[in-house]
Amino acid sequence: MHDRNHLSNVGVTNEVSVISNGIIDIPMLQLLDENGKETNKKQTPNLSKEKAVKIANAMQYTRLLDERMVGAQRQGRISFYLACTGEEASIVGSAAALEPQDMVMSQYREQGVLAYRGYTTEQFMNQMFSNKDDPNKGRQMPIHYGDKKLNFMTISSPLGTQIPQAAGYAYGQKMAGLPAITICYFGEGAASEGDFHAGVNMAAVLKCPVIFFCRNNGYAISTPAEEQFAGDGIASRGIGYGVKTIRVDGNDSLAIYAATKEARAIALEENCPVLIEAMTYRLAAHSTSDDPSGYRSKEEEEKWRMKDPVTRYNNWLKDKGWFDQVATDKLLETARADILAAVKKAEKIDICPLPDIISDVYDEAPWHLKEQLAELQEHVEKYPEAYPKTAGRTR
Amino acid sequence: MAQMNLLQAINSALITAMTDDEKVMVFGEDVGHFGGVFRATSNLQEKFGKARCFNTPLTEQGIIGFANGLAAQGSVPVAEIQFSDYIFPAFDQIVNETAKWRYRSGGQFSCGTLTIRTPYGGGIAGGHYHSQSPEAFFAHIPGMKVVIPRNPKQAKGLLLASIADDNPVLFMEPKRLYRASVGEVPDNSYHLPLGKADIVKEGKDITLLAWGAQVEIIEKAAQMAEKDGVSCEVIDLQSILPWDVETITQSVFKTGRLLINHEAPLTGGFASEIAASVQERCFLYLEAPIKRVCGLDTPYPLAHEKEYMPDHLKTYEAIKRTINY
Repeated sequence: MHDRNHLSNVGVTNEVSVISNGIIDIPMLQLLDENGKETNKKQTPNLSKEKAVKIANAMQYTRLLDERMVGAQRQGRISFYLACTGEEASIVGSAAALEPQDMVMSQYREQGVLAYRGYTTEQFMNQMFSNKDDPNKGRQMPIHYGDKKLNFMTISSPLGTQIPQAAGYAYGQKMAGLPAITICYFGEGAASEGDFHAGVNMAAVLKCPVIFFCRNNGYAISTPAEEQFAGDGIASRGIGYGVKTIRVDGNDSLAIYAATKEARAIALEENCPVLIEAMTYRLAAHSTSDDPSGYRSKEEEEKWRMKDPVTRYNNWLKDKGWFDQVATDKLLETARADILAAVKKAEKIDICPLPDIISDVYDEAPWHLKEQLAELQEHVEKYPEAYPKTAGRTR
Repeated sequence: MAQMNLLQAINSALITAMTDDEKVMVFGEDVGHFGGVFRATSNLQEKFGKARCFNTPLTEQGIIGFANGLAAQGSVPVAEIQFSDYIFPAFDQIVNETAKWRYRSGGQFSCGTLTIRTPYGGGIAGGHYHSQSPEAFFAHIPGMKVVIPRNPKQAKGLLLASIADDNPVLFMEPKRLYRASVGEVPDNSYHLPLGKADIVKEGKDITLLAWGAQVEIIEKAAQMAEKDGVSCEVIDLQSILPWDVETITQSVFKTGRLLINHEAPLTGGFASEIAASVQERCFLYLEAPIKRVCGLDTPYPLAHEKEYMPDHLKTYEAIKRTINY
């Protein structure tokens, strides 16, 4: 036991002086201007052509997937979809700065990470059509992906719950001596949840190697950021919790990549959390159940469309001489055909057989679940026409 | 074997678990150097280091959220919530995260290694916020196990089994017995089965069922009834979810009568679930309606604590009414 003085670092003033919001200036890192021109060549990340093109391809694929799946939802083929249009640089740029062994705990708008890590069109579709080939066994709404092989934790709908979980996951990685960190994605709206404050504070105090990646995209469904918080965004909170923090232009893939790469190195080497606030804009509706025309103007959307992250990045690739129009067209054409084929295939695959309704509640089904299943089996067998998806596959 | 109180038995179980598996980590508010407000985690930090036994900031939702992530990673967290009255900020993490993690991921990921320890129950002049028995809330969550020991020996064996079990367990400790209940506890590691009730005393006229600190209450009532010539079978349910329907129904087939006692309020308490299930299975064997002797449907009072509690006298009267129905 040692004596302590928690006032030892507190200075004294004799003036009545109340500190104002915004006293600390937190600028936003930008390495590509809006036309895709490098702003500081010394800081431009050293990307191979292969990796640079891989980032572009994952962004383009994600945009296309979003367009097609919003369409599929409009046709009534899936119940729900959530696009990340406008935020591709934040998602894919950060994913590219990670290592495959890093755990991803996402909110729900981060399909670009999966695209970058090589999730196939077929895998996306199996989840969205909740068929038996979804490793999550069709138990959650479309876009709640999860894939153990890709270190992508299964998504849950409640907002912000992944934030303290990411702290715990990262603590476990540290204790196991693994050369791995956890990245935790969330929006500026979710950062109002108690779990944000709990999780970031715990990660700071318990020294967890985790990146808290906030996509500040301006809206939580219809609620604009200025009705979400009065402080200086989310970055200011990181500083308040004693967490290393960086604010980044979320539409600049290179800045996001550079910031995330640096954050990863700090998290791993210094065993501590790092907070990234990516300033971006949700060009998409919140989800297919949402219509943004009720809460924002076309002009505002148009202004942000001009800052399109995919165009900006492609302009940079063109300057480097790495942009191949023919290859890009072919990629998108193939992806379009693949998505169409995968939709047609996935919607025909059966859902899991009836007994899976009780599997994975526990490691082994206890008596009451077995009893309830037996009753259900008998019932479905009696009225097979009322339960066409599992009739014939009840045992 | 050594004489231990319930707290020492918990401490012994934690030492055993942490010695046997270096992935076991114990944390919560004040559990570090101080050893917890009840001293259940005494000396753990000294023995196993600050990385494996540590204080957390004062945030129950944070503690359980952190524990969920740690469990999903493959570590074996034993998280403490200082009083079960304060578990509710973590309710979302438990209901929507802990309990559904395995199911929602199709078994790819789980929180199976997680054990949440929390003291519960009244009789310590704790008023509303240091006395509640919230087990029924957690019995309503598919994916959770809920376990409550009645004495030091059961506490060590059930806690070690809970830590070893590959499902998340809420382990509720009857705080009024922490120092009051003393008994022989094996020094070695041993597991008592989860999901199994324990027949404390056999009898033939009526089955008395309780858990945690109320087991000694029904035992006391049974002794009074025996003097009137009523033979009571006393059962400790031990696991609230999943619960041992088989042992209870076999007992009721024999006695034809069932009385359930719990501290939590009557309405929506776990006795209701037991009563419904037992009448489905034992309808034609029942000689009297199933009787519940429970807390009142009020917030847990302070000045009226004694009046509120489903004590041995209320239980004794209910036994007589059931026998004479």
